[in-house]
Amino acid sequence: MRRRHNAVPGFALTFGATMLYLSLVVLIPLAAMLLRAASTGPHELFSAIANRRALAAFGLSFGGALLAAAIAAVGGSIAAWVLVRYDFPGRKLFDALVDLPFAMPTAVSGIALATLLAPQGWVGRALLPLGWKLAYTRGGVIVAMVLVSLPFIIRTLQPALADLPLDVEEAAATLGSGRLRTVATIVAPQLLPALGSGFALAFARAVGEYGSVIFIAGNLPGKTEIVPLLIVVELEQYDYAAATALGAAMLAASFAVLLCIHLLPRWMSRRRLAQAGG
Amino acid sequence: MAAGTAWRLGGGATAGSTRATREPLWVRLLLIGFTVAFLGGLLVLPLVVVLSQAFSEGVRTWVASVVDPEARAAIALTLKTAAIVVPLNAAFGMAAAWALGKFRPRGRELWITLVDLPFSVSPVVAGLLFVLLFGRNGWLGPWLAERDIQIIFAVPGIVIATLFITAPFVARELLPIMEAQGTDEEEAARLMGASGWTIFWRVTLPNVKWGLLYGLVLCNARAMGEFGAVSVVSGHIRGLTNTLPLEVEVRYGEYQATAAFALASLLSALALVTLVVKTVLERRLEARTE
Repeated sequence: MRRRHNAVPGFALTFGATMLYLSLVVLIPLAAMLLRAASTGPHELFSAIANRRALAAFGLSFGGALLAAAIAAVGGSIAAWVLVRYDFPGRKLFDALVDLPFAMPTAVSGIALATLLAPQGWVGRALLPLGWKLAYTRGGVIVAMVLVSLPFIIRTLQPALADLPLDVEEAAATLGSGRLRTVATIVAPQLLPALGSGFALAFARAVGEYGSVIFIAGNLPGKTEIVPLLIVVELEQYDYAAATALGAAMLAASFAVLLCIHLLPRWMSRRRLAQAGG
Repeated sequence: MAAGTAWRLGGGATAGSTRATREPLWVRLLLIGFTVAFLGGLLVLPLVVVLSQAFSEGVRTWVASVVDPEARAAIALTLKTAAIVVPLNAAFGMAAAWALGKFRPRGRELWITLVDLPFSVSPVVAGLLFVLLFGRNGWLGPWLAERDIQIIFAVPGIVIATLFITAPFVARELLPIMEAQGTDEEEAARLMGASGWTIFWRVTLPNVKWGLLYGLVLCNARAMGEFGAVSVVSGHIRGLTNTLPLEVEVRYGEYQATAAFALASLLSALALVTLVVKTVLERRLEARTE
């Protein structure tokens, strides 16, 4: 990994500037928090995380994000398939709208969802006769998480789907494979690496999401309270040790997901290669 | 990797689909119906609610909510924050893309991961980082207090938290473009005696301008719309440290739903403009790479 292009100038300047900026804005603040967590006693750290309220929040944040990413993976896969393979009126409009959760401020999505799903809201009213209540429940938290994580699934699947060679599917059909079987055994396995990294990105976003969740969650401690909100609550009570412990736990989780995002596609393609070889 | 390229060359897109690779009509209609309902319900409906609630008490109420002093202060703060954050992160993004896209320094993968890192940190944790650093009980708290410098619960904290959140946007767009374009043109310019700055302004920048614009637009949208990180460091002082998204929250919490949605409609308009510009730029980028 040595520098190859010595003829182009500016490496020292731009690399130095990049490192300086990264250190000031990202690395030093992160290191400061980890140091703070390390200097807090293990007992204090443990008691900040291992209490009923915090554990319930972790359960909702991680369990909810897992469920939301799974829902987004199913719905997003179908949407990606339709947007890539089929033509219908409004396809381009829907394709452009997929990015809306990236562009829309989370507070706006939050109050819009809360208004929609409230018992007197457009959707909430329609769900009431069915006995479904989403506003101020865990269901509402998951709806908000699906909304913010959906673009990650669709946007990672689309290029993978567009790159799939149709002749393999044709060959399968010629050999007598039914369409469903072809899709399940030939198409789906090739999309798994992309779906895997999309899922990890979706999960990471859903776990940390704050703005679009808090308006619809109702924020009942132990019931509909997510970890980011609990951090805000601890900070408002000036309990810095508890906030640091919770923040460090969240950070550890996001590092683990980041590692997955980088390793998962490699691992999956290696496994596929091994299978193809053996 | 070579196999992937060969596939791409050999494989057709939708245009090449034949009866053998197409689902029956009823399946197609079912899947299209599902997609329209799913995306419509999750993406379009919230947008419609924002607009209908914003104007539910007429245009006059909307105007009154948007021009009152606190709303104007929030709009000004949001614009000011973006005006500081976007150029700084653009400069960072260009430097990072140049150093990591045009060169292969040791540990390149790690540096790229670090550039992307803020994307995987919860906004609330991002805000917490700066409270622990600059807050009253933070590492630098006593030192700052002695000098009467306030960062947390003040505008500098909002700017720094937004810097952290939006740092990767420009870098992430430019890096793959700079990497794909390689260094041939820059080397040719160098051989002809151009200085580093000339090469950057006359050769590299024209080549990456659409990608740069794309990154800037996304960076700006997030800088103006950021909620979680800013919420932690702002202190919610009305007229002073409330950005537009925070003002939306405050009004919503005070049961002034119409006023909250009026401001939310401004942010929605920003999101829609961002989407339109993004779509146009994507077409340009595709046209360039084909």
